[in-house]
This record gives sequence, structure tokens and C-alpha cells, in this order.
Amino acid sequence: MSTQSWTDSQPIVSIKDVHKSFGNLEVLKGISLDVMKGEVVCIIGPSGSGKSTLIRCINALNDIQSGSIEVQGIEVNDKALNKLELRKKVGMVFQQYNLFPHKTALENVMMAPIKVLKQSPADVEKRARELIAKVRLQGKEESYPGELSGGQQQRVAIARSLAMNPDVMLFDEVTAALDPETVKEVLVTIKDLAEEGMTCMLVTHEMGFAKEIADHIYFTDRGVIVEHGPPTTFFDQAKDERTREFLSQIL
Amino acid sequence: MLETFIEFFRQLADDHPRWNFIFFYEPRQWARIVKGLQYTLILSFACVILSVIIGVVGAWLQSSPSKWIRRFVQGYIQFFRNTPPFVQLLFFYFALGQFTPAVTGPDGWTEIPIISNVGWAIISLSFFAGAFNVEIFRAGIEAVPESTQEAADALGFSRMQTYKEVVLPLAFRVSLPALNNNLVNLVKTTTQAIGIAVPELLYQCVSIWNDYPSAQYPTMLLLFFSFIILVGLLVFGMHRWEKAMYIPGYGE
Ligand SMILES: Nc1ncnc2c1ncn2[C@@H]1O[C@H](COP(=O)(O)OP(=O)(O)O)[C@@H](O)[C@H]1O
Ligand SMILES: [Mg+2]
Repeated sequence: MSTQSWTDSQPIVSIKDVHKSFGNLEVLKGISLDVMKGEVVCIIGPSGSGKSTLIRCINALNDIQSGSIEVQGIEVNDKALNKLELRKKVGMVFQQYNLFPHKTALENVMMAPIKVLKQSPADVEKRARELIAKVRLQGKEESYPGELSGGQQQRVAIARSLAMNPDVMLFDEVTAALDPETVKEVLVTIKDLAEEGMTCMLVTHEMGFAKEIADHIYFTDRGVIVEHGPPTTFFDQAKDERTREFLSQIL
Repeated sequence: MLETFIEFFRQLADDHPRWNFIFFYEPRQWARIVKGLQYTLILSFACVILSVIIGVVGAWLQSSPSKWIRRFVQGYIQFFRNTPPFVQLLFFYFALGQFTPAVTGPDGWTEIPIISNVGWAIISLSFFAGAFNVEIFRAGIEAVPESTQEAADALGFSRMQTYKEVVLPLAFRVSLPALNNNLVNLVKTTTQAIGIAVPELLYQCVSIWNDYPSAQYPTMLLLFFSFIILVGLLVFGMHRWEKAMYIPGYGE
């Protein structure tokens, strides 16, 4: 397996000069960034700047035209890519939760480990119940997504991803569709994860949260990374005019 | 009790010659009706199951990456939807039936085709109703949000697993009312099997009223009555199924 060559001292996600177009529209114009194991990276930037596209390319939901994306040594831009191996390593949480509406919260969490990883249902159920407790949803195991609030659904979605034991978690504006009151409960869940050492890449508009949780912040605009740095310097000493303007609008 | 029932209809036939419910008092005619019902049930049951399978598989193939497979399915739908089912039945039996091999019967000299007329009726009616089912399921599948499938994709589900575990269960729920209608039509269309002499209920009834013209009204009544019951059972079952598949908080 190609992952044998990968060690913790190398970036767990390594993105090099990635270009991505939809037809004639070039959305990513040479993006490079590295994420080390255990790091929390936030990607911010105006709407339409290609943040979602970048995140989706990392777990091969979108393909790329050129450049390289490696996740623990697996090259994503490879015709012979084993998508399953990649997706075992990468968990993804979407803005619209995208739970399976015909399955209870517990079943949503249990499904992939049983069907994809072929783990024993009894073990999976035990772990799924722990995960549901971890995202603070005890008592909601038997509820269907349609019976849960947005924040609760999003936490089920996080538990569902975690059930696959990923090495990296991708979050794409996971609080953008939520009521202000429920944003916090989801952010707390993500913070717990980050503090346990999970490698996280988040696209977010919650600047306060990014400042608090991120090890590194990337600001993207029109398909390029304009500026990046640790939150302390990034927020207070932004050099680029576009970054300053964006921050002044959003803060 | 049964005696009075039989006696009543014998008397009725005597008093009113147009109302000869002969199958209620003559065991031989009753046996014909029972046999006819059996065949109608077999046809209905087999065709409902097969046509649903054809619908599921066809809808799956319609989302195939191969252009040729998609075209083939589209061609199948066009043909079976746009031609009369009765003509299809005759075509299957008389045209295709010629090319299927036959085996020698136990008596050593009769040639028995491996697909009987009942077999051909089931095949032809299933493909007929199946063509509609493909369309019905496809509409259901299109109602399943891309993003839900993407979530399954991101969790490592294969295309097949996503279809089976996520897309189909959701598409089924959306498709049920239309499926219900098509299956009701299918059950009624089984009477066309009379065209290739399948001894189903209509065939038996026609035979009875040919032998006993005085039994024509009663057998027609029996036909209507039987199908009302049969279709009623189907609809009842489908509604039960719909209820069983209800998901709290979904689809309202
Ligand atoms: N599947 C797609 N087909 C065509 N254009 C797309 C597709 N997905 C995104 N885009 C376009 O790519 C650009 C970047 O989109 P996106 O990555 O969603 O930005 P962000 O998440 O930063 O708001 C937008 O102009 C969007 O319209
Ligand atoms: Mg986005």
C-alpha cells in the first residue's frame, strides 16, 4: 500500500498547485497548502471563491485538472485512485447535513461501518451509541432526521462521519444553514474533536470560532490563496488589501 | 346453508332464464371458475413481482455511465409503452415462441415448448408493465437529492450500495402512488392472456357462456366482482405498505 511510505512527520494532506475548472470557468487557480496531523486549518473567503470546490476535491467528490492532492500518501489525482481507501481516511460534513432521511439517527451512524467496512453490527452499534453520546444527543438515537433540529441533524452527521474512524475531517460551512441558537452546539462538538487531536479542515464564516480553534488560517479569493498565517498574526496584521476588506466586512 | 344457497340459484335459473348462475350449482362449472381464478392469481402475482424487478433494474441501468445501455433501456421503454399490450402478447407467443426450443413430452412424441402460453403471458405482460415501472422509478430516483447520494459517496458506499441502501428506499416512497396505479392496470390487463388461450378467469367465463348462453350476465357479473375484489386486495396491500414505509417528519 502506498500509505506505508507516509509518516506523521509529513503533511497528512498535501495540496500542490491544484487547478480545477468547471467547463470554461477556472475555479481553483493553483492552490497549494499542507496540513499536518492534528492541525486545525480554517479556510475563509468570499462566496464563490472556490472553498467548497477545494474541500470536495480532497475526497474526490470533484476531480482536478492538474496538480496533486495527497492524503496520507494517497494521490487523489490518479486515474487508478482507490476511492474507498481515500474515503476511509477522509470524513466529510456538509452544509445541508445530508442525512439519510429514512434512517434513524442511530442507523445513520451505523450504516457505513456495517455496509462499507463490513464490521459486526453489534460492535458498530456500541460505538455508534458512544458517538451519539459524544455529540450530546443521548435519547435521540431512535429519532428520524425529520424529527431533529438543524443543529441536532448536523451533530448526527458529524457522528456518522466519525463512525468511519477517519484521519481527517472536512467541514464545509457546516453552521451556515443553522439557526443562530444551534450554531454553538455544533461548534462545541467540532471544538471537542479538535482538542482530541483530530485533523480538521473547516470552511467557515464564524471568524470568532476560527480565531479560537485554528492553527492556521487561509484566505481564498477567486481561486487563489491570497494570504495565510496563524490566527494571531492573520487577524491583526493582514497585509493584503482584499483580506483586510473581507475581514472588515465580516468582523 | 350451502344447500339453500345452491337451491336458490337453481331456482333462480328456472324462474329467470337470463340469470343462470350455473357455476354456483354445477360443480363442473364451479371447477372452471376456480381454475380460472387460480390462473388469474398466478398471472397477477408473477407479473407484479417481475414487472417491479424489471422497473428497479431498468431504472438502475438508466443511470448507467454507458450511453449504449441507457439507449437500450430507452428503446425498450419506447417499444413497450407505445405499442398495444395485446399485440405484444401475440408477438411474444406466436413470433418469439417459434424460436424457443421444445422438449419431448413423457409420452415420447408430443413436443412441449419450454415456455408455455402461461409463461409467455407472464413474460410479455411483465415487460409491458415493467416499461412503465422503469419510468415510475426513474421519476422517484430523480426526486432523491443529489446531495444525499453524495453523502453516501463520501462515506465510501459503492454506486450499487448507494442505490440499494439510499436511493431505492427513498425513490420507492415517492413512486408508490404511481406504481399503485400501474399495478392495478397490470392486474386488469392479465385478462388479455385469453388471446393466447391461457385458461385464466376471462377465458373460463367466456367458455362457460359459450356453452350456456343463459349464463352470460352472471359470468360477466362474476368477472366484475372478482376483479373488484382482486384489485381491492392489491390496493389494500399497497396502502399497508405505504403506511409501513412512513417516516416520521419526512415528505410532508
Ligand atoms: N458543479 C459545478 N458546476 C459548475 N460550476 C460550479 C460547480 N460547483 C461550483 N461551481 C462554481 O465554482 C465557483 C466556486 O464555487 P464554490 O467552490 O462553491 O465556492 P465557495 O464554496 O467558496 O462559495 C462558483 O462560481 C460556482 O458557481
Ligand atoms: Mg461553499
